[in-house]
Order: sequence, then structure tokens, then C-alpha cells
Amino acid sequence: MIPLSHFLILSAILFSVGVFGALTRRNAVAILMSIELMLNAANLSFVAFARYLPQTQLQGQVFAIFVIAIAAAEAAVALAIVLGLYRNFKTVNVDEINLMKW
Amino acid sequence: MMTFADLVQSFYAFTTSWGIPYLVFALVVMTIQVGVVIGYIAVAAMFLIWWERKISAHIQVRFGPMRVGGWHGWAQSIADGIKLLLKEDIIPAGADRVVFVLAPMVVFASSLAAYVTIPWGPGLIVRDLNIGILYMVSISSLAVVGIIMAGWSSNNKYSVLGAIRSAAQAVSYEVPMVVALLGPVMLAGTMSMGKLVEAQARGSWLGILPGWFVFPQILAFLIYFICALAECNRLPFDIPEAESELVAGFHVEYSGMRFAIFFLAEYANMFTVSAIATTLFLGGWHGWWVRLPGLSPELSQGLFGLAWFQGKCYFLIFVMMWLRWTLARIRVDQLMDFSWKVLLPLSFANLVITGWVLVAGRQVLLIVLGILLVLALAIGLAVRGRGRAAAGVVRG
Amino acid sequence: METKLAIFYVLAAFTLWAAGIVVLGKNIVRAAVALIFAFCGVAGLYVLLEAEFLAAVQVLIYVGGITILLLFAIMLTSRIGATAARVVNDQVVLSAIAGVGLLAGLCYAALEGIPALVGPPRLPETSPFLGRALLTTYALPFEVVSVLLLAGMVGAIVLARKES
Repeated sequence: MIPLSHFLILSAILFSVGVFGALTRRNAVAILMSIELMLNAANLSFVAFARYLPQTQLQGQVFAIFVIAIAAAEAAVALAIVLGLYRNFKTVNVDEINLMKW
Repeated sequence: MMTFADLVQSFYAFTTSWGIPYLVFALVVMTIQVGVVIGYIAVAAMFLIWWERKISAHIQVRFGPMRVGGWHGWAQSIADGIKLLLKEDIIPAGADRVVFVLAPMVVFASSLAAYVTIPWGPGLIVRDLNIGILYMVSISSLAVVGIIMAGWSSNNKYSVLGAIRSAAQAVSYEVPMVVALLGPVMLAGTMSMGKLVEAQARGSWLGILPGWFVFPQILAFLIYFICALAECNRLPFDIPEAESELVAGFHVEYSGMRFAIFFLAEYANMFTVSAIATTLFLGGWHGWWVRLPGLSPELSQGLFGLAWFQGKCYFLIFVMMWLRWTLARIRVDQLMDFSWKVLLPLSFANLVITGWVLVAGRQVLLIVLGILLVLALAIGLAVRGRGRAAAGVVRG
Repeated sequence: METKLAIFYVLAAFTLWAAGIVVLGKNIVRAAVALIFAFCGVAGLYVLLEAEFLAAVQVLIYVGGITILLLFAIMLTSRIGATAARVVNDQVVLSAIAGVGLLAGLCYAALEGIPALVGPPRLPETSPFLGRALLTTYALPFEVVSVLLLAGMVGAIVLARKES
């Protein structure tokens, strides 16, 4: 039997790696990839709890399904925005997209 | 005579009597199963390549391979395989080496992994997963990623174009394909491939037709078959590999063994989609069988089941090859139009009607047929009226 | 060591290695490929957690959909073989501290805050269960998510359209 804490710690590490990536990467698409990592880590937590808690309706897995659906919608819109950025700025490097900075 | 399960049990007893842990036994059995499946794929793909050349030749009123091996060139595929193995391995300059090398492996691995849940006969599945059909669909979607990797890493404009078109086509046709597959799943109440065949093996329609799902789900079968053609990049959905347009599309820069892997993966994929269509619509291994003298009933049914399954699969593959050499290639925009504006609404209609009939009973079917008849009449009259109005105009 | 525990460690190491490449990889296409591996690793972990339907959905949607979207965006916004001069921006140190702090907090919560739980008896099949739950108890969020997906689709098309 794998202890629940193993899954939670793995999820925590994955989430922190994703946070680090989202905060430090310069390519906009890479930031999106780090965000997907974070969503996956959260999903892993949900599913781990769904397995280890006495539940009647597998709420953890249902929530994970919703998270996957929302991640898909968010990825589509975010990538459309990235494409718009590329068209206007000719770059996806977020450090160089600073027109709105004071 | 022993059945397959008895064989596995006796092997397990043998290993435990020597004190070997269960893990070793499980791994050995899995390795043997994988070896058998890979052996089958290799032989089947070589046969299919030869068969395709023969069928295309005879449709075009010529002979095809005739020399290699004597009778109708049956050893042509073996000769081709040896040739491809001995070719120089070229990686184009400027290509991304890691991704270039990884791409054929991803495509082949995904085509191979789908063979885990194919029901070859009664009780003959590598592993009867309870999400069988969903597993096969999701693993097949991995191949698209491999195609994009191949196209992008080749550092070649035609490859990238071929890869983008192929990915767009595959993703667009995956949606009506999955929705069409939901029809038989609803009828059987399970996603497991073994249980889907068993659900068709019992009962029959109107007393004379076998209980296969193709009869109530003929629309889903046609939609699935069209989408399967598109998933395999076969004509008429040949744009990604269009020889006359894109040289060879996403695998133009691949030569030798790497190209052989793509080729093998394409034919393995063709067999997989035929196997899915056979299992879900044509009743899988179910068919007429008699007890052969000297063999137990289970073994006879097993042998007949194996033969029926292979026969149905290869019949569908034959239809695929036949269509390839009969129909013209459709344009990219026609392709996308067809998927999103025709196939997807039809597949949803099929899903809704199936659900409705399953919940409300057979009487609903008459109401639905009545509505469809009225709709067909209305559409027919509208089209005829439009045609008469435009009679004098040259149609583009 | 028990088989399941060994498999868990292998999958965890694989997923973390892939995540490392996603976050630190110079070549963006290789980072995308590593992301595919990370998704597959997580799908393997779902199978270990007896959530087989979710594992198949994860592969189908994440690898078969979102990764393709990401690869399209990469293909349209960068050139092959282009590696950025610097992978990370100026805030590396602060982000690393924030990441480690977050990790410490989450690990503390995981180890101390949650009592030792024993798993309930396993369900034979999760798919019918999930289907029923999604269409009865969670019908409203289900419909709302469909509207969200529709809005996302329309929004993406409008945003990515070429101005004519």
C-alpha cells in the first residue's frame, strides 16, 4: 500500500517546479507549459484523495475531470493570445513585451 | 485440450513450485504476449504491403510484384524490408537530432500499444481493460504528436506543412470518431472490448440477422469508417502524404529503417482501426461455428472465432485499399468542412437518437423514423427546387 | 520493496525528470516533448491510483489535444533549433526561494496535517460511477463547463483570426 503522503509530496514537488517555471521562464509558451504542470499536480492531489478518503461519489476524480476541461479551454485561449502577441511584437519573449509598463 | 487460461495457470503453478516470485512469472508471461503481438504485427504489415501492391495493381489493370519468390511475388515485402534495413541512415543537417530520432518511435509505440485490448478470439485478449475502447482511442491520439515531431524536426518546409495538415486532419476527425464509437458502447453498456463482443454474440435482430451492432448503428459505422480512413492518412484523406503535392509530407526526410518504422506503423494503425470497427460493429470474433471432430467445443469456437475475426478485419482493410484506388483526394478545406459540418452533427444526432431509443423503448424508433422521413423529404424537395432554379447556370 | 511502491518511485522519478526539462530546457520543442512525457507519467500515476478512466482521459485530452495546441503555437512562433540566449529571467533567485518555500509548506501540510488514511475497498469500475455522478449530482457544473468550452473555442478563434 503506497502511503497517501507519497502522492501528496510528489504533487507538491511538481507544483513547486511548475511555479518556478511560470515565474522564471521568458518564453510565453513555456510559461503556459509550466501552468499545465501546476494543474496536473493539483489533479494528482485530487485523485490521490479520491482514492484514500472514504467517499460515496469519487468527488476527487469528478473535480479532476473538470480541471482537465478547464485547462483545455484555458490553453486554447492563452495560445490564441500568444499568437496575437507574436503578430504584434514579432517575439514571444515576455521580457520584451512591456508597452504597458510605466 | 487446455484452454489459454489453463495454460497460464499451469505455467504459474510450475514457477511457484520452484519458489520464483509472482513478479517474475508475470513479467515472463507479459514478454511472451508482447512478443507474439509484435510478431503478428510484423508479419501482418508485410502481408498488407504486398496485398496493397497487388490490389492496386489489379485495380489499375496490371500485375504488381510478380518475380520475387515465384508465385505472384509473395516475398516482395521481405526483400523490401531487407533493402530498407541496409540503407544509409541520413539525418538532415540542421535537424533536431533528439526529436528526429524520437518521432518514429512515438508513432510506432502508440500504434503498437493499441494491440493490448484487441479481442482476437473468445478469451484471447492480452488484457481486457475495462476502459478498452477509450484506451485504444487515447493511445492512437499519441501518434499525432509523433507526426508533428517528425515534421518539425526535419527542418524542411514541406515536412512542416505536411505535419500541420496531418495534425489538423487527425484532430478534426478524432471527434466524430469518438462520438460515433459511443453508440455501440451505449448499446452494450460497457467499454471493455471483450464484453462488447459478448454483447453482440447473444441475441439477434429480427431473428435472422446476427446480433451485431452494425444493424442498429449503420450510421455510426459509416461515420467511424470514414474517420478511420482519415486517421490513417489514407486516400481520400491523403493530404499529409500527398505524393503529388508535398513530396512525402511529414516523413520526406526519413530514409531506411526510420522510414520503415513509419510505414509499419501506418499499416499497424490500419489493422487497429479495422479491429475496432470489427469489434464494435461487426461482432468481433462472433460467427457461425461447428464442433470440429477431436477438439473440445471451446477450442473449436476459439479457432472459428480467430478465423472470423481475421476475415472481418482483412475484409475492412480490403475496402480501405479499394477506396484508396477508386476515390480522388479531397482538398484541405473540403476535408475540414466535411468533418466539422457534416460528420460531427451526424454523429451527435446518432448519439442522441441512440440514447433516446435506449431510454424510451422501441416505439420511439418509429417516431424518429417518421421525423427522419419528413426531414429527408423536405431536404430532397429543397435541393430539387434549387437545382431547377439554377438549371441554366454553369455550376462551379 | 513492494512492486507498487517500486513502480510509484519509477513513475515519480520519470515525471519529475520530465518536469525539470520543461522548466529548464533551452530548446522549446524539447521542452514540449518533455511535457508529453510528464503527462504520460501522471497518467501512469492515475492508473496506480485506480483511476483508469481519468488516466485515459488525461492521455486523450492533455497529450492528444493540449500538447498539439502547444506544438502548433511553438511552430508558429519560433524557428527550428532556436535556443534562447537565456532560459530564465532576472528573478531566478527569488522564484527559487518562493518555490522552495511553497514546497516546504506543502510537504509540512502533507505530513502533519493529514491523518494516516487507509484506502477504502476499491471499486471494480470507475467509469459508470463517474458517468452517473457527472449527469446527476454534478449536472450543473457539467453544463457550465460545456458553455465555458464553447466560449473558449469562440474566443480562441476570434483572437487568433487574421485581421482581413
